[in-house]
Amino acid sequence: MSRGLYIHIPFCLSKCPYCDFYSVKYSCETAEKYKDAVIRNLLCYNEKFDTVYFGGGTPVLLWKEICEILEHISMEENAEITVEANPCCSDKENLSALKKAGVNRISFGIQSLNDKELMALGRRHDAKTAVKAVETAYNCGFDNISADIMLGTQGQSVKSVESTINELSLLPLCHISAYMLKIEENTPFAKMRLNLPDEETVCDIYLSAVEQLENIGIHQYEISNFAESGKECRHNLKYWNCEEYVGIGPAAHSYYKSERFFVDRNIDEFINAEFQATHKETDLAGGCDEYAMLRLRLTQGLMLSEYAKRGGNAEALERKLSLIPQHFFRFNGERLYLTPEGFLVSNSIIGTLLS
Amino acid sequence: MGMCNYPENIRNFCIIAHIDHGKSTLADRILEMTKTVAQRDMEEQLLDNMELERERGITIKARAVRLNYTAKDGNDYIFNLIDTPGHVDFNYEVSRSLNACEGAILIVDASQGIEAQTLANTYLAIEQDLEVVPVINKIDLPSARPDEAKEEIESVIGIPADDAPCVSAKLGINIEAVMEQIVKCVPPPKGNKDAKLKALIFDSYYDAYKGVIVHIRVKEGTVKVGDKIRMMATKAEFQVTELGYMGAFGLISADELKAGEVGYIAASIKSIGDTKVGDTVTLADDPADEPLAGYRNVNPMVFSGIYPADGSKYGDLRDALDKLQLNDASLSFEPETSIALGFGFRCGFLGLLHMDIIQERLEREYNLDLITTAPSVVYRITKTNGDVVMIDNPTNYPDVSEIQLAEEPMVSAHIFSPSDYVGSIMELCQDRRGVFKDMKYMDEKRVDIHYELPLNEIVYDFFDALKSRSRGYASYDYEVIGFAPSKLVKLDVMLNGDVVDALSFIVHADKAYPRARRITEKLKENIPRQLFEVPVQAAIGGKIIARETIKAMRKDVLAKCYGGDITRKKKLLEKQKEGKKRMRQLGTVSVPQEAFMAVLKLDE
Repeated sequence: MSRGLYIHIPFCLSKCPYCDFYSVKYSCETAEKYKDAVIRNLLCYNEKFDTVYFGGGTPVLLWKEICEILEHISMEENAEITVEANPCCSDKENLSALKKAGVNRISFGIQSLNDKELMALGRRHDAKTAVKAVETAYNCGFDNISADIMLGTQGQSVKSVESTINELSLLPLCHISAYMLKIEENTPFAKMRLNLPDEETVCDIYLSAVEQLENIGIHQYEISNFAESGKECRHNLKYWNCEEYVGIGPAAHSYYKSERFFVDRNIDEFINAEFQATHKETDLAGGCDEYAMLRLRLTQGLMLSEYAKRGGNAEALERKLSLIPQHFFRFNGERLYLTPEGFLVSNSIIGTLLS
Repeated sequence: MGMCNYPENIRNFCIIAHIDHGKSTLADRILEMTKTVAQRDMEEQLLDNMELERERGITIKARAVRLNYTAKDGNDYIFNLIDTPGHVDFNYEVSRSLNACEGAILIVDASQGIEAQTLANTYLAIEQDLEVVPVINKIDLPSARPDEAKEEIESVIGIPADDAPCVSAKLGINIEAVMEQIVKCVPPPKGNKDAKLKALIFDSYYDAYKGVIVHIRVKEGTVKVGDKIRMMATKAEFQVTELGYMGAFGLISADELKAGEVGYIAASIKSIGDTKVGDTVTLADDPADEPLAGYRNVNPMVFSGIYPADGSKYGDLRDALDKLQLNDASLSFEPETSIALGFGFRCGFLGLLHMDIIQERLEREYNLDLITTAPSVVYRITKTNGDVVMIDNPTNYPDVSEIQLAEEPMVSAHIFSPSDYVGSIMELCQDRRGVFKDMKYMDEKRVDIHYELPLNEIVYDFFDALKSRSRGYASYDYEVIGFAPSKLVKLDVMLNGDVVDALSFIVHADKAYPRARRITEKLKENIPRQLFEVPVQAAIGGKIIARETIKAMRKDVLAKCYGGDITRKKKLLEKQKEGKKRMRQLGTVSVPQEAFMAVLKLDE
């Protein structure tokens, strides 16, 4: 099976106050050097990738560099090539250039189509810009467009999310990622006094979003991911299916040749090194615990036989199911998967099943 | 060197002091003065040599040391300093240590005056005809008022204090005056070295090579190496393999110990249970007619279940208890099983402090993680069929229909306090079901309040409550006086409908309701939300009297897990697994160790 390729593009115009992904302020010269470093690193891998994902940061800022990088990647014919983009940085010029260079999937950080909510999130765009960006992408020939939205943000209610999803349903989107906001340490949000909806409301928002998306034909396939049938993100599925991928760039993670490793969060180090320095993660990769905790994120769930094949005690796992209320899961003797209510408490469920 | 005449130049004495008034510091200075210990070898507070004792500033076990002192009169004296435990739990041990002495140094803090605990022990000393030598300490403090302290000694205790030495043990000021006062005021021991042997056991400990080392004060007669001795209370007999004195750095062997002397005996004794504090040692072939007065069999008064937090450490816990018991005859334990907690031990203690100390030593010295159940006293239950059973474990409490009479242990308690707090202390005692006996003014400012109280009302937190109601000034002293009929009930706690045996306890009917409410509240606070709703109920004989509900968890999820970074997810899983290990799985409910501990502190 072919591997996936993740390229981190750690540049932003400004940092969103909730984000803890690694990024630095965009500059033209650094971007140029960064591109060269990425291309150098690509030489290390004699691989034909079937998915390529440019994540950020704000990858679309480096659209020219991305086009150049793509020339150095060897790919399967039907490879999925995704670029993350912000509504305010995307225009006809860069989107059509990316399309021409082979990119076939765009993932927009839309977050909400409610201007008050966008403001409270500290985003640079408004709803109108977001809608326009999606339309532009579509007009440039993209037929695989995804939107990220955020649940549980300041000022949000079940109703307001409902109307965001309603408006999204009118756009040419076939994939939605809906993340519940988590306040990360060392982000500005962690230091601010926020007026967030309470836990009960966030759960209600989530469950209502799952239902509403289902009703418009965008099915849930992972805790936070929804798509039309056949449009699930092939790259991200690799993570949850315990398949291998190569990560390039500071803070990028790899699961390659049965080992998991990562690169330090330092762009200068990455640029200056001939090849990126990696740190091995000590845990055994690909074990039964890893399989279970990742696969239980998917509506597809885990297969007991595969769990056992990876060294797991299937009987013990089955026994522990008695500790979990019925409405949190479905089990047919082989396939075990969580319901949306179950996803909401999946940490506890996985903890219970695996300890 | 002068002459050291036997027995005229022997001085046996102890030190009575309130916590923090400088007992150990003064003992150290005396050791220095007598050149028994060179300054450079001094470890701060030599006598309290258990780590825990130093930390808490209390003496848990009696200890003794022999010193040589050349007095101003040119004569050499032998000083036997016997340290005494300083807590009401160890009252009996204190009385035996005092009994081994002819004199007691009473240390009074020059700025704080006499404290209640000191008073209790001073009275004990006076009762036993000890010569009390007052010493005013901490005169280096700016707040020192030595004259007032002296006046207080005279008016409160009624002994002359005019020529009491004023010292600073910390700075080593005027220590010699204390030594001279001991020589002058403490009488030499009486007793006939040719009479039949009577030696008082005031302490013992286990030595891996020599067996039990018994600390004795010879009252009459002489004991020699090779003698066959008998413990008059336990009837155990042994042959003396070694005897001698306790030097500051170890044992110094000798050939014999004569009436008036303090020393140790080793006789290949395997069990510390054979050497009970207060027992009389005599010769097996030529025994004394009567043992020394005052021996009492010390029974544990407070019981609690001790379980390893990690069930696989059961064997380690047993080994640790075995080792602690070698040196502590008052600790008892036997295996018990709890449905909730698995295998553990029912342990008996002299009191709450003793229990605390044992638990802390198990955790600290033996590196064990423990779960303990609520302390219980021993109840006497007469069944309808006439059987009388003693119950120290709520699990064994008979069904109500089988009980004819339930009785609980009572204590006679003396509370010493400044008179300002009488009102709130009496309120506390009333609340604890106390019966007022009388109240004596010791002077215009201090009172001795006498109450009879149920033991189970004071074992939990009485001392803390007393302290908080008297700004720390009051203290108390108690002895068990017997059983009294009582309206007792067994309170069961149920989680998700199942009784958790380890949380059951016996309580007076009038207290059951508020306690039940408190315990359910505490459990609600300390048991994390589970995947389902958990009712927490308290019941008496199947009748629910309190209920709380732990709501089901709704959200515990890592929403974002992409970019290939699964480390965070893995760490979370590891943390959860680790957390689960510290939890007890009771049916479907996971209960953290803290929940068991929290119910022990209901009144906080």
